[in-house]
Amino acid sequence: MKKILQTPIKDSDIIDLHIGDIIYLTGVLVTGRDDVHRRVVRENLTSPYDFNGGAIFHAGPIVKETEQENILISIGPTSSIRMEADEAEFIKKTGVKLIIGKGGMGERTAQACKEFKALHCLFVGGAAVTAASHVEKILACYWRELGMPECEWVLKVNEFGPLIVNIDAHGNNLFAQNKLKYAENKAICEEPIIESVKDYMNI
Amino acid sequence: MDKHEAKTKLANIMEKFIGLACKRLPDDVYAKLKELREREESEIQKVIYDTYFDNLDKALKLNRPACQDTGLLHFYINCGSEFKYIGIVEAALREAVANATVSAPLRQNAVNYFEERNTEDNTGERMPWIHWEIVPDNDELEICVYFAGAGCCLPGRAQVFKPSDGYAAIIKYVFDAVSDLGLNACPPFVVGVGLGHNVENAAVLSKMAYLRPLGTTHAHPKGAKLERDLLEGLNSLGIGAQGLPGKQVAMEVHVESSARHTATIAVGVSVSCYMHRRGFIKFNNDLEFDFSKSYKGVSI
Repeated sequence: MKKILQTPIKDSDIIDLHIGDIIYLTGVLVTGRDDVHRRVVRENLTSPYDFNGGAIFHAGPIVKETEQENILISIGPTSSIRMEADEAEFIKKTGVKLIIGKGGMGERTAQACKEFKALHCLFVGGAAVTAASHVEKILACYWRELGMPECEWVLKVNEFGPLIVNIDAHGNNLFAQNKLKYAENKAICEEPIIESVKDYMNI
Repeated sequence: MDKHEAKTKLANIMEKFIGLACKRLPDDVYAKLKELREREESEIQKVIYDTYFDNLDKALKLNRPACQDTGLLHFYINCGSEFKYIGIVEAALREAVANATVSAPLRQNAVNYFEERNTEDNTGERMPWIHWEIVPDNDELEICVYFAGAGCCLPGRAQVFKPSDGYAAIIKYVFDAVSDLGLNACPPFVVGVGLGHNVENAAVLSKMAYLRPLGTTHAHPKGAKLERDLLEGLNSLGIGAQGLPGKQVAMEVHVESSARHTATIAVGVSVSCYMHRRGFIKFNNDLEFDFSKSYKGVSI
C-alpha cells in the first residue's frame, strides 16, 4: 500500500518511517533553497509561509507568469547539500517536518532531524515534468524579488513522489552510509589503474 | 544577406534550437541511457531509470524543458576562417538566449556579481559563455550548445600537481571528484578529464572532453586506454543513478589533453549529468543549418 503523508505533518506520522522507504506527499509543498534559507537563518527574517508542520522542496521551478495566473512548467529537486550550512537551524526555527531534495545531506541536518523529528527525502533529479504532473496548482508566491528559482512558490500537490527517505526522524542517513561503502571501494578500484600508468613518465 | 539580416536569422534559428535542445536529449545520450538501464538490476535503480524515461517522454509530449534547471547557456564554437558572418555571432547568440528565455521557456538563472539581482533573461556579464576555436580553410560555423545546470557544476575542480606525483595523481583526483560531490550531480554522467599544465587550461580541456560526442576516443592510444580504464574503475565503485547503489556512475569518461610544462601536471574534472543537454548545429555561409549530428529526423 502506498504510504502517503498529508500536510500538516505530525511527529507520529513520520516516526515509524526508515531510510530507504518510499513515500508520497499530498497537501501543500513550498519551494525554498539557498536564498530562503539565508533570509530565515542568517538575516533572521520571518518566512511569509509558515513552515510549521509543513514541507519544503529544495527546488527552483520554471513558471510561466501571466497577468491572470502562474503556470508551472517544470520543477525538480536541486542539490540539497548546498543547504547543509543552514538546514539544521532552519528546521529548529520553522518546525518544518519534511524536506525534499536531491543527493545527500550532512551530519548536522541528520542530528536536527533526530532532535526535532523531521525527514529528508529524495525525489529523482531532473525529472521535472514528471514532478510538475503531480502539482495541481500554484497557490501563492512570496519573496519574488529573490528571482524565479529562489523565491517561495506555494504548491498544491497530490501524491507527489516517489520520495525515497534519505534521513529519518531517528537521524539515520542513507547517503552517508552509502558514501562510506563507496569510499571503501575506492582504493580497490583505483589501484590497478594507478599500477598501469606507473611507468608513463619513463622514456 | 546583409549583417543585420544575418544576425536576425541566426538569432531566430538559435532561439528555436535552444528550445529543442532543452526538451530533448541528443540521440547519442538517449541511446546510452537506454543501454545503461538494461544493465542495472536493483529495484530502486529500475524505479529511477523508469522515472527518467517517463519524464523525457512527458517533456516531449508537453513541449516543456525536461529538467527545470536549464542552466546558463554555454556555446562552444568551431568557426571556419572563411565563415562570412563571424562578427554577428556573439550578438545573435545573446539575443537568442534572451528570447528563448520567454519562448522555451527557460528558467531565469543569471545573476551578476556585486549586483546580486537575477537579470531575468539569462544574459549577463560574459553570459552566455562563448568559447571560440578557429578552423583554418573552412567556411562553416559549428555551435555546440550546452545547458550548464548548477548540480553538475558543483563537483567541478582543477589542480596542479608536481611531476613527482606522476600519473597516479590524475587517477586519484578523478576518483575523488566522482565519489564525493559527484554523487549529487545526477549520475550517470559523462566525466570530462582535462590534462594540461595549469588550472585554466586543464579546466577548459575537461569541459571540451565531456562535450565530445559519445563513442569518440582520445587521439593517443594511451589516452584512449585511460578513458576505458577509468570508466571501468569508476563503474566498479558501486554507485548508480542518483548516487544510490548501482552499477554505473558514468556513461563514458573522456580525456582531452594539451602539452604540459615539463615541471607541472594539471588535472581538471568536469562532470555532466544524465540529462546531458548538449547539441551540435552547423551553418554554412547562406546560414542554412543542419543538426542531424545530434537530433536525427527532428525539425524546428
